[in-house]
Parts: sequence; C-alpha cells; structure tokens
Amino acid sequence: MTAFNATGSESDVERDEYTPEIEPQATWCPGCGDFAVLKALKGALAELGKDPEEILLVSGIGCSSKINSYFDSYGFHSIHGRPLPIARSANLANPDLEVVAAGGDGDGYGIGGNHFTHSARENHDMTYIVFNNEVFGLTKGQSSPTSPKGHTSKTQKKGVAKDPVRPLSLGLSAGASYIARTAAVNPRQAQDILVEAIQHDGFSHVDFLTQCPTWNKDARQYVPYVDVQDSEDYDFDITDRGEAFEMMYETENALYEGTVLTGRYYRDEERRTYREEKQMRGEMPDDPLVERYFDEDYEWERSYDLLDRHA
Amino acid sequence: MTTDELIWRISGGSGDGVDSTSQNFTKALMRSGLHVFTHRHYPSRIRGGHTYVEVRASAEPVASRGDGFNVLLTLGDSFARNTDEDAVYGNEAIKPLSENLDELRDGGIIVFDSGQVDIEEVPNFEERAEEHDWQVFPVDLRGIAKEHGREIMRNTAGVGATAALIDMDLDPVEDLMAEAMSGDILEANLDVLEDAHDHVTEEFDTDTGLSVPQGEHDEEQVLLSGSHGISYGAIDEGCRFISGYPMTPWTDVFTIMSQELEEMGGIAEQVEDEIAAAAAAIGASHAGAKAMSGSSGGGFALMSEPLGLAEMTETPLVLVESMRAGPSTGMPTKTEQADLEHVLYTSQGDHSRLAFAPGDPVEAYEQTRKAFELAWKYQMPAIVIYDSKLAGEYRSVPKSAFDQEPNPDLGSTLTEDELADAPHDDTGRFQRFQHDVEDDVSPRSLPGQENGRFLATGNEHWPNGQIAEDTTNRVNQVDRRLGKLSSVRDDLNAMEESFQSHWGTEDAEIGVLTWGSTQDSVEEAVENLAATGRPVAGLGVSEIAPFPEAEIVEFVESVDEVMIVEMNASAQFRGLLQKELGAYGQKISSLLKYNGEPFRAGEIEEAIEIELNGGGEPTAQVTLRPATGD
Ligand SMILES: Cc1ncc(C[n+]2csc(CCOP(=O)(O)OP(=O)(O)O)c2C)c(N)n1
Ligand code: SF4
Repeated sequence: MTAFNATGSESDVERDEYTPEIEPQATWCPGCGDFAVLKALKGALAELGKDPEEILLVSGIGCSSKINSYFDSYGFHSIHGRPLPIARSANLANPDLEVVAAGGDGDGYGIGGNHFTHSARENHDMTYIVFNNEVFGLTKGQSSPTSPKGHTSKTQKKGVAKDPVRPLSLGLSAGASYIARTAAVNPRQAQDILVEAIQHDGFSHVDFLTQCPTWNKDARQYVPYVDVQDSEDYDFDITDRGEAFEMMYETENALYEGTVLTGRYYRDEERRTYREEKQMRGEMPDDPLVERYFDEDYEWERSYDLLDRHA
Repeated sequence: MTTDELIWRISGGSGDGVDSTSQNFTKALMRSGLHVFTHRHYPSRIRGGHTYVEVRASAEPVASRGDGFNVLLTLGDSFARNTDEDAVYGNEAIKPLSENLDELRDGGIIVFDSGQVDIEEVPNFEERAEEHDWQVFPVDLRGIAKEHGREIMRNTAGVGATAALIDMDLDPVEDLMAEAMSGDILEANLDVLEDAHDHVTEEFDTDTGLSVPQGEHDEEQVLLSGSHGISYGAIDEGCRFISGYPMTPWTDVFTIMSQELEEMGGIAEQVEDEIAAAAAAIGASHAGAKAMSGSSGGGFALMSEPLGLAEMTETPLVLVESMRAGPSTGMPTKTEQADLEHVLYTSQGDHSRLAFAPGDPVEAYEQTRKAFELAWKYQMPAIVIYDSKLAGEYRSVPKSAFDQEPNPDLGSTLTEDELADAPHDDTGRFQRFQHDVEDDVSPRSLPGQENGRFLATGNEHWPNGQIAEDTTNRVNQVDRRLGKLSSVRDDLNAMEESFQSHWGTEDAEIGVLTWGSTQDSVEEAVENLAATGRPVAGLGVSEIAPFPEAEIVEFVESVDEVMIVEMNASAQFRGLLQKELGAYGQKISSLLKYNGEPFRAGEIEEAIEIELNGGGEPTAQVTLRPATGD
C-alpha cells in the first residue's frame, strides 16, 4: 500500500485563509480520509479565489460533517441528514453565496436520501460533497448505505443482507447535472474535480471516497485507483446521459470487486438551474432577497392592498 | 342568542359548490351592512359525503357560530350526481336533508331540492316538522337550473329561493356574481337566481316571519379567515420566504402565502417533506430572509428536530401549527386543540421558543406580526398555534384593524459597519454567541457580511461558534438562551395592548379560562350570562409561551372557582397552568369537548349554570373534577 499522508505536508499560503486561527478540537483520527477532502476543498476554493466570507459550508452530522470546525468560512453544522434543504434555501435567499454542502454517506444516502434525490432533481446551483467511507464513522462503525453486502459490525454481526446503494447512478437518475467520483488518495484529481463542481451552474454531486482506518480496517483504501478520463480502457461521452449511466454502473460494480474507478461521469451544461427555471416562470426574484432588508428605499408590499379582495 | 340575527345553513355533498355559494352569500350579507360569521363542516373526501356551511348574520358584531340555525337550504343528495352508476359517492345513510335537521330551530325554514331529495326517505319527517313548526318549501332547484343553464347551477337557484323567503335583497348577490363571472355563464346564473326567486314568490306564501336583519357598518368590513390573518400578518412583517408540504388545515396558509409571495417577488417552496420544510426555512433565515414554515400535527412532528436546531443555533423563524383532531392522521377535517403539549414540549433538551394562540383573524394577524418581531429580535423560533376551526371560519372584521406599516426589520442583526465594531476574539473571530449581553440577545451576522464569519451548530458551542463541551460555557449558553424568555415576557408585559381578552363582570364568582380559537364561544357565553346578572368573568389567553403568569394568577385569585374550557380530552392547557403555577388545584375544573366539533356558546353557558346552580352533567362534554390536592 502506498504511504499516504492525507493531512498534507506542503505549505500553501492561500489555502491557509480557510484555516481557522483557533485550534479546533481534534475530532478526526490520524489517517482519516476526511483530511483529504478538507485539503482539496481549501485548494479548490483558493484556486477559484473565493473570499471565505462569501462561502457558506453547510454540513450534517457525522465525522465528516465536522469539516466546518477545520474550515474557516460562514458555516452551518446542522443535523443528521438535513444539510441539503438548509443549503439550497440559503442559496435561493442569497444567490451571491457560494454554497457547499457536505456530509457522510450515511448522512446523504441514508437518512438524507430523500433530500438528496429532490435537491438533485431540482438542480439547485450548489455543490454537494459526500464523504463516502462505506461506514458510519461517528457512531462507531455500523454499516452504512454504501457498505458492501456482507459487511459486518456490532449491529450487523452476520453481515449486511442488503445491496449497497449506487450513489452515482442515484445522483444521475435523480437529476444532478454534474457528477463525479474522486478519492482521498488522489489529491490532484480531487481538487480539480471540486473546482469544476463549484464552477458548474447546477447541482454538482461529488462522491468522495474516503477511508476510515478506525472502523473500516478491511476497506480497500481505494488504491490503486484508475482515472477513467486518463485511462485508455474507458471511452464515454460525459455529456451523454446513457453513456454516463453505463459507465457509472460499471464503476459501481467494479468498486465492490476491488477496482477503484474515479473521474468525471456526467455533465449537463444546458440544463437550467432551479433558480433560473423559477425565474422564467416569474416565481423567483432577480435580486438577492436579503438585500431588500438593508435597502431603505425598498417599497414593501403590504397586506392592506390585498384586503380589497375581501371587501 | 340575539333575536336580531339569522343563521343560514347550506348543505350538500362535497363538490356541490357549497363553499363557493356560501362565500358569496356571506359576502352579500356583509355588503348589505351586516356582521357575519361562517362555520364550515366538511368530510375528508373530495366528492360526495356530507358537508355544510353555516352563516350567521347580525346587525351586531358576531364572533361565533351561535346556537342552532333558522334557515336550511339543502342542495340535494350527494348520490344524485352518480347517474351513470359508475362510481359511488357518499354513504347511503348520510343524506344532506336528514343530517341537518337536529339543530334547526323551531319555526325554521327548510328549502330542499325536490328534484333530488325524496322527502319520504327522511325518517319521521312529517312528525318532526309539525312538532317544531318548520316551514317546508320543496323547490325543484335542479329543474330550474337545467332550464336556464346547467344542473350545477342549482346552488344559485337555492340562493334565489331562500332569498325570497327571508326578504333578502338580490342586488349584492348579483353584483358579486358579476365580479366573479361574465358572458353567458353570468347571464345564465342571473336567470337561474331570479327565476328561482320568482318561482317561490308565486308558488308559496313567503310571509315566513323570518327576515334578514337590517344593519349598517360604522366602518368598512372585510371577510377573512384566521388563515388570512396569519398570512397577512406575515406579509406585513416582511416575510418573503415560505417552505411547506401540504397538510390540512395548514394548506390554507401555505396556499395563500405561496400565491401572494410569488406576486411580491418572494420565494415559496413546496419541498419533499416537513423536515425539509422546517430546515429550508432555517436555511433562508440563516441567509438573512424573514422566513416561515408550518404544518399540522403530523407534519409538525417531523419538524421536531429542525425546531431544536433553530433554538440551538438561535436562528429566527416562525412556524405555524394548524391543529386538527389527532393523534396520527386522526380526523383530518375536524377541529381540536390537542397539540398544545406537542408544540410546547416537542424536541429534545431545554427549550427557548415562543408560542402564540390567536382567537380570531385580527388576533391571528397581530400575533403573527408579534411572532416575527420577537423571533427576529430574540433569535428563536416562534410558533403560531391555531386549529381547523379558526382556519376555516370566515368573519367580517373592520378593515382598519389591518392598516399596518410594513416592518421588514431584521431585529438583532448587524450591518457590516456595526460588525466592524462588534466583539471579536483574539483570533479575529466574531463572537456570535457572547454571554454578557443585554436581554441575553447576542447580535448576529449574515453569511456574506464582512467580519462576521461564524459557525452555526446544533452542538453546544463557544461564543465564537466552535463546538464545545466545557461545563462553564454550557451553563452560560443554556442560561442565556433560556434567559431570553424572561426578556420576551417583560417586553410583552410592557406592551400597551395586551393580547389577552377579559370578559364578564367585575366581582365574579366563576372564572372561565380558555385559549386559542375557543375564545369566541367562551366570550359569547360569558357575556350572555353576565348580561343576565350572573357573576361570571372570562379570560382568553393568546400568549402561551412565555407563560403569562402574572395575568393568570390575578384572574385565578379574583374568583372562587375556575373552569377551563378547551377542545381536547386530556386538559392540556390546564396541565400547563398547573405545571406553571403549581397551585390552585382545588379551584379548577375542566370543560372539555373532543368530538371534532367546536364548542357552541350554549354548551358553555349550560356548564357554567350547572357550576353556579348545581345540576347534572353538562350535555356534550366531559368535566374533569378538581384535583384532590395542589
Ligand atoms: C436523527 C439522528 N439519528 C442518528 C444520529 C446518530 N448519528 C450521528 S452520525 C451518524 C452516522 C454517521 O455516518 P456517516 O453519515 O456515514 O458519516 P461519517 O461519520 O462516517 O463521516 C449517526 C447515525 C443522529 N445524530 N441524529
Ligand atoms: S472514525 Fe473513521 S471517519 Fe471518523 S474520524 Fe475516525 S477515521 Fe475518520
């Protein structure tokens, strides 16, 4: 196994802008794959030159959702499975914010599965990063929706009887307009993908394979991995839904057979974001709603005018 | 009951147009100078089933449905429409005519559609009519409607027919029709209306002894429901984001708000479930919009965890809880006040939340405004709790009661300039959740503002927002969050106008205490008895949390005995009162009703009479006797 230091050793000044000056409580175990997401996210935002003050990072509950403690921006560490409805409505109320939602595979594909499906379907302009470690980390190693069939833990002594969910296919059928998978072992690709995901106008779903050395010791550490865009073996059009779907299907099967495929899987640049759809129908203001509250000249509509209908 | 009033009931099957017809009829009466009040009864189904609307009209202000009714218009039998026998609507045993006879007053009028209802099918009809002096008018409403237009217009024929029997001027009805329709449809409806009117005048002796009262308004009136009150209060208070999932009767507010906000450039979101609805409102509020969400009992149950999140993160928010008879799906279209404990105690941990329980559309308006103002000032969720009854009742209220200036103020939210001078720690982090602040309120920043970065988290946190399990900090944060409640109480106490209502005589022996939508029936009962010299006083509570202790203690101490009237079986308000006061147990009894129907004033009067003069058990309710000790 390749030695891998997820916390990273190279110094990067811009990245540090997103590092809180106060020492956060250490909550991640040494070697946890979550460090790689943190690093890639900082790198991507630094590359995009985003001001920490315009970023809203919304997370759920779980080890991975504690990313907020290590990341200095406006943050909302919410409740288990619910970051998406919080994130997307914050974005509707103030589209000037750069909204990123983050959480574990249990958070996003289990308890929050309904929100994942509907947020993707609506194609909100935001990025959703799922830290997929195939296990419930924070509650000590129970199987998660992505655990392989047969995965054992204290609450699954005889091995999970369920097939794992297929996150990429799920995101695609739900309607996400950008879908990629990357892995903690591939920092450069991870950062590039996050840059693309954040830049993309629409719902970007990034399934981020992370390792949990504490509870998932037998988990493949996602090495060696294959970048489907770099490999000669794979050739598909990421703008074609059908081809993307086939490739995702293969990728999802391969993972449980020991082959880690990563890369970009789907991108739809044509599809309007939810905000644009609603705007077209005259159901969404053009200006950020929040600005009105600070605009002394704004003319507020009053119910008094509505009352005439009732006279 | 005042003699100068008329109570008109229109009955039929769901889908017969009972609702729209009664709305027009009510508005016409209001426009002719009367005060009006409507009570809606409908089953949980889209077609068929038995539904009615009762309209009370008087020259004096009316705030409840009253007792009984004196004009019945029966549109027909809900199965009549099932001519092709390809679907079964309704239940054979339930007939719009026979279902509606029980509360018809002596001497009352019955107009029924002889084209659809066979009087022979109504058990003992002749005898009952004779016994109660009912005046019966069979009119072929369906036939008249068909002749000029379509069968569905038989409700218009019904209005024309009853109008002839109660001396009602058709002009306002015709005006309203002209406002709502045009062309051939309007012409046909006007023909049906007049033809039915003329037919009755020619065929029958129209001297029924009953007539529409004469009245004149001092000021312009509007016909509104409690749901309108809540919605318009939210709009005037600058609410421009709503998220929800349909559930009766919350759907009323959700629909009104969605339609209006879209017009106003606000945002209305129908989301995937109620957890998402509450979470979405939190997200929008966190980002800086004045936001609301809500549901009925079952959906509110799903909001339990986001509600706690709003409290912990001190995110301002207004939630509406629109009660219906529970638990679980219960009786979806029937009323009850049994979610009080649900609203006050749901979600884990110690709570910092506000709760208001308006009693009528004007209170609903005022208190929703208060709920927003206080939620944003004190950074906590405020819940407006009301029920099917108040949601579905329409009544005339003076338009001037709503003439309010918009208040888009975001409360204790800082501007960027203010943020620059606000407290930051050594590392430059904004102290979002400081301890030593006035009113226990620590001003907040909004994402995107400079110098305001912080972490909102449902975990316990340091003043800068970072997660903390430090014991001293925990105590400080809990004390501050809960401390805000006493500041709110001081604010409410200092207000010139109290939201609580007092009725009845000065030195009363019996005090009747109630809350929320039951206030109007209690008010009417207490005022009626007080007018005949009975020593009775009433207090209607509309502020539930923080608990209005001083006012309630004063009231309880001023009387010998207290009767608490509420629409639930477990005496939830009484439980709250005894939890808060921990005394007066012997003094308190309960009058409860939980069959899905609201109290009538007469039922409450009867119970008070029994308390004063002795007698048997009150008819329709269960009385809980005083506890044996405090
Ligand atoms: C409503 C609710 N149910 C359960 C929990 C307990 N809980 C906390 S984190 C977690 C699972 C975390 O797994 P995952 O989302 O995969 O994140 P990871 O810890 O692996 O990063 C659970 C079940 C909770 N906080 N809230
Ligand atoms: S338990 Fe696993 S997921 Fe959680 S911090 Fe440790 S290594 Fe990471």
